[in-house]
Amino acid sequence: MKAARKRLRRLGTVLAGAGMAVFLAGCENAIVLDPKGPVAEIQKDLIWISVLLCAVVVVPVLAIFAYIVWRYRDKPDNKAPYEPNWSHSTKLEAIWWTIPIIIVALLGYFTVRDTYKLIKPPAETAHVEPVTIQVTSMDWKWLFQYPDQGIATVNYLNIPEKTPIQFVLTSNSAMNSFWVPQLGGMMYTMPGMAMRMWLQSDGTGEYYGSGANFSGSEFAKMNFKVTSMTQDDFDAWIEKSKQEPAKLDHKAYQQLAVKGTAPIQTFGDLEPTLFNSIVIQNGGHHHPANGLDIRGAFPVKKDKQDSSAGGSQAADSAASGDQPDSSQ
Amino acid sequence: MWDSIKEFAGDFFVTGDPLIYGADVSIALVSVAIVFVLTYFKKWKWLWTEWLTTVDHKKIGIMYLIASLLMLFRGGVDALLMRTQLALPEVEFLQADHYNAIFTTHGTIMILFMAMPMMFALFNMVVPLQLGARDVAFPFLNALSFWLFLFGAMLFNISFVIGGSPDAGWLSYPPLSELSGSPGRGQDFYIWGIQISGIGSLMTGINFIVTILKMRAPGMKLMKMPLFSWSVLSSCITILFAFPILTVTLALLFLDRYFGAHFFTLDGGGMSMMYVNLIWMWGHPEVYIVVLPAFGIFSEIVATFSRKTIFGYKSMVFAMMVISVLSFFTWVHHFYTMGSSADVNSFFAISTMAIAIPTGVKVFNWLFTMYRGRISFELPMLWTMGFIPCFLVGGATGVMLAVAPADFQYHNSYFLIAHFHQVLIGGVVFGYLAGIYYWWPKLFGFKLDEKRGRWGFWTWNIGFYLCFFPQYFLGLDGMTRRVYTYEWDRGWAALNFTSTIGAFLMGLGFIFQVWQIAWSVRNGQRDKTGDIWNGRTLEWSIPSPPPAYNFAVVPQVRKVDDWWHEKEDRAKGIERPKQELEPIHMPKNSGIPFIMSGFWFLVGFGFTFDWIWMVIIGFLGVFGSLYARSFTYDVDYYIPVDEVKRTEQKLRGATR
Amino acid sequence: MAQHIVSPEVHEHHTQEQESLKTAGFWLFLVSDVLLFGTLFAVYVVLVGHTNGGPTGKELFEIPIFVASTFILLTSSFTSGIAVLQMQANKLKGTIFWLVMTLLLGGAFLFLEIEEFMTMVHEGANIGTSAFLSAFFTLVGTHGIHVTMGIFWCIGLILQLRKRGITTVTKRKITNFSLYWHFLDVIWIFLLSVVYLMGVM
Repeated sequence: MKAARKRLRRLGTVLAGAGMAVFLAGCENAIVLDPKGPVAEIQKDLIWISVLLCAVVVVPVLAIFAYIVWRYRDKPDNKAPYEPNWSHSTKLEAIWWTIPIIIVALLGYFTVRDTYKLIKPPAETAHVEPVTIQVTSMDWKWLFQYPDQGIATVNYLNIPEKTPIQFVLTSNSAMNSFWVPQLGGMMYTMPGMAMRMWLQSDGTGEYYGSGANFSGSEFAKMNFKVTSMTQDDFDAWIEKSKQEPAKLDHKAYQQLAVKGTAPIQTFGDLEPTLFNSIVIQNGGHHHPANGLDIRGAFPVKKDKQDSSAGGSQAADSAASGDQPDSSQ
Repeated sequence: MWDSIKEFAGDFFVTGDPLIYGADVSIALVSVAIVFVLTYFKKWKWLWTEWLTTVDHKKIGIMYLIASLLMLFRGGVDALLMRTQLALPEVEFLQADHYNAIFTTHGTIMILFMAMPMMFALFNMVVPLQLGARDVAFPFLNALSFWLFLFGAMLFNISFVIGGSPDAGWLSYPPLSELSGSPGRGQDFYIWGIQISGIGSLMTGINFIVTILKMRAPGMKLMKMPLFSWSVLSSCITILFAFPILTVTLALLFLDRYFGAHFFTLDGGGMSMMYVNLIWMWGHPEVYIVVLPAFGIFSEIVATFSRKTIFGYKSMVFAMMVISVLSFFTWVHHFYTMGSSADVNSFFAISTMAIAIPTGVKVFNWLFTMYRGRISFELPMLWTMGFIPCFLVGGATGVMLAVAPADFQYHNSYFLIAHFHQVLIGGVVFGYLAGIYYWWPKLFGFKLDEKRGRWGFWTWNIGFYLCFFPQYFLGLDGMTRRVYTYEWDRGWAALNFTSTIGAFLMGLGFIFQVWQIAWSVRNGQRDKTGDIWNGRTLEWSIPSPPPAYNFAVVPQVRKVDDWWHEKEDRAKGIERPKQELEPIHMPKNSGIPFIMSGFWFLVGFGFTFDWIWMVIIGFLGVFGSLYARSFTYDVDYYIPVDEVKRTEQKLRGATR
Repeated sequence: MAQHIVSPEVHEHHTQEQESLKTAGFWLFLVSDVLLFGTLFAVYVVLVGHTNGGPTGKELFEIPIFVASTFILLTSSFTSGIAVLQMQANKLKGTIFWLVMTLLLGGAFLFLEIEEFMTMVHEGANIGTSAFLSAFFTLVGTHGIHVTMGIFWCIGLILQLRKRGITTVTKRKITNFSLYWHFLDVIWIFLLSVVYLMGVM
């Protein structure tokens, strides 16, 4: 008996050790747990808080479970007490109605706190002028428009470091979801709607981005590279991109919209009303009451809107709920 | 002429993939073999009178069980195909579209055509026996529910070889599932397959609510009812409120696709966001519909195999009812990332976490049922032991997913996949398997072999953890669901490969179980007492398998776990008074459910292929069947006392 | 065959038990139907503004028509109630007469509805014109289909009454039919207020 127990304990230790090793190895590599910006940072902290709060319950319960199963197994020589009719204890039940309530209350507090925090631009860079990028998920490629800079890219994204980036997201067909794990969580791209999300990179680097909501045949090919660079490099890149002869007008957009994958591309110029018309073509004007405002995020401060260049009008007029005729 | 036939066949049959030709051939061969066997052994009449027309809840339960195991096989093969494709980066085993079809059918089949019928199998096999009833409230309707389910499932499944499979995901979000995104026939198969079986599910829900509320044995107050029946009640109430929403949602999608309506389309003012809301108003309660009965099963098993009364009966009942109500107030957590306001997300985050409270209480109560009990580890209990840790961890990751801002990082990633497989396999499948092992001797009169069963249990469990734990980390490493391939430089290969090994181990576990059943049919330990586990509730007081009328005399109930107390009394020499036998009132068999469901199949198939003549025939048949039933007044018969006596003597003679 | 084994009284007892179960089940069916209509109403309310540049309710709905429909349906509910009273007084002929009245009024209601739909389609306002009209036709049409089913059901019941008279079984059937008919009336009141009255306002 003793030997068996010892062997079991050793087995338990080995299993626990192996489990722990896998767990740590898994976490170390995971990009979600290796944030490179304030949004992903908040989310990572929240993940660990929730892991801890859950572990506070799960680990002891697992231990109690193992103990009870061992202690009260049906063996002729088992001397543990046996009370076949003991089935109620108000005190005990009160305890385990209370424990989860406390845990949920704690976790709920952190959840609500961060839910409200994340709809606003990152607090620490509030003084920095944000960059607006209009994102359109298409079949099966990503179109990124820089309205203030007047350029557009396909399937790659360059951003300046330490600058809040205001993403305005839509789709021209099926729903998708825009996700750059190391910068922050995802947001759906919905046809006929414009949604806003704030992200920011704290340093230079290259990040993996992907579409996260199934959108048909070649959905798996919808990943893209995000490069965060210094402001100087970013400005230089913008200048260089402006030399590109290709212009993103309605015709070029129609060509791009043909179903299929696409290589990375750069457009040196863009039609400023294009983004708004994408939203409208795909159902935007049917939501005069509430559809064309930007969902899910704190609006840009008015003074910032005024100070930004003409190109961002698309997002602005989207935000104010303009009708199609006035925006075209 | 020849060309038009060829054109028709090209549209009608799915072509292009050797896997599909293989399936075509094997389906044809199996069908021919079945027809041959039935004809050779002259079993057609037997099949018709004993099974196709039966209204006996036990036989219907068995048919549900067989169908659900077949569907488990189909959905499992889908899963293994996917895992093979994903085992390593850039594998070229499946094409993108083929992969998309497979994950769509995997999800749909596993939830709607595997979990639901397996659940209904257990409802049918157990509930009337537990209540001391002779059948369900509406035996005819019960048969109709089953055949609607089966024909719906067949309609969905033939899409694999005829017309093309749906490939827009198991919940088919528009606009992808609209004509503009999915012009093929697969989506119509999806709509009609689910619609037809969904009507059956709704009717089963109503049937069992009435059965439980109105047909309990005298003396069995609600608070003396076995917990499994309670769980069925809470699940059925949830069905009653959730399934009409599904019916409407699919009907609207159908109107969009067939009549050019604009509910969810891109143009014309449609609103795809509304579909996402509607489908989850059904979809979230749906997962509680399937998991609540599993909770009930565990409650029965834990008490029986700890030889102790269930701990905190009232808490257990209360917890299930709370879960059933709360399940309707959490649907938005499936799309926090759709841009709802912070207020909305906060509300749904908290309501979702709140479900963990009653669920956690149930786990504690199970633990303290075992505490100071005497635990034996037969197969039903073994699966319960597998369930508790698995569900604890799965529940914890569920709480993590409820945290809205963090969910922005888990959503649609493999983290989510790992979580819901952990609660659906660890909770639902383990629960149903435990239930099947538990009640199998009652229905079939023999026990399933322990040794092969243990092999099955361990391969399933080890396979499960190998398959799904790596997926949590894949999710945290940015791997999104529903990708048919990924690149080497992502560094996901090792974890994916492990996951695939785990999946195949689970497949092996299933094979062990099939072997176990096959072996036990001939060699399994026969149950001569009717009470093979030393059970606590009424179903163990009658012979196994039970006679058609279940209870020769309707039992008089005094306490919770009445049969256990009756046995205790007997040991003390106290016998309960004997009751007189009376002729037993029974429902007559009917072929209408089978025929009517066949006509529904024609309706669905006709709409899928735009064959209006077939739709008309189908509807006429459905209405004809309804009328035929309404005009039938000869619906019942009596079993005379002599026959009951003879049957009882034959079944019980050896034991008492 | 049944009567050989048990006395008619015992058989009657069993039948009554069965029939009371069926009434309970029918109530639950109505609950599920409430959910069905509730969902359709929700969809309608969401989409009512999505006219896609097409006609609005104000342009399409004709007050005399829907007032007449309302009057007819309410009256038919009343006649079905009388039928049940007649049945409880064991008056077969009266029961059948008032059921036929109910049926005729139901038919008139349906006629008006079909007329209304036809007119709208002729004016170019069909189910594919806009999300609003999709929701309108589906919501009102679903009620219409319910009425149609009710009419066929009623015809079946009249035939059964003529053949078998007023028995425990036919009694339960007539009662449930009347319940269903009143239920459709209640739904119509909601349709009237949410769709028509709010539409023309």
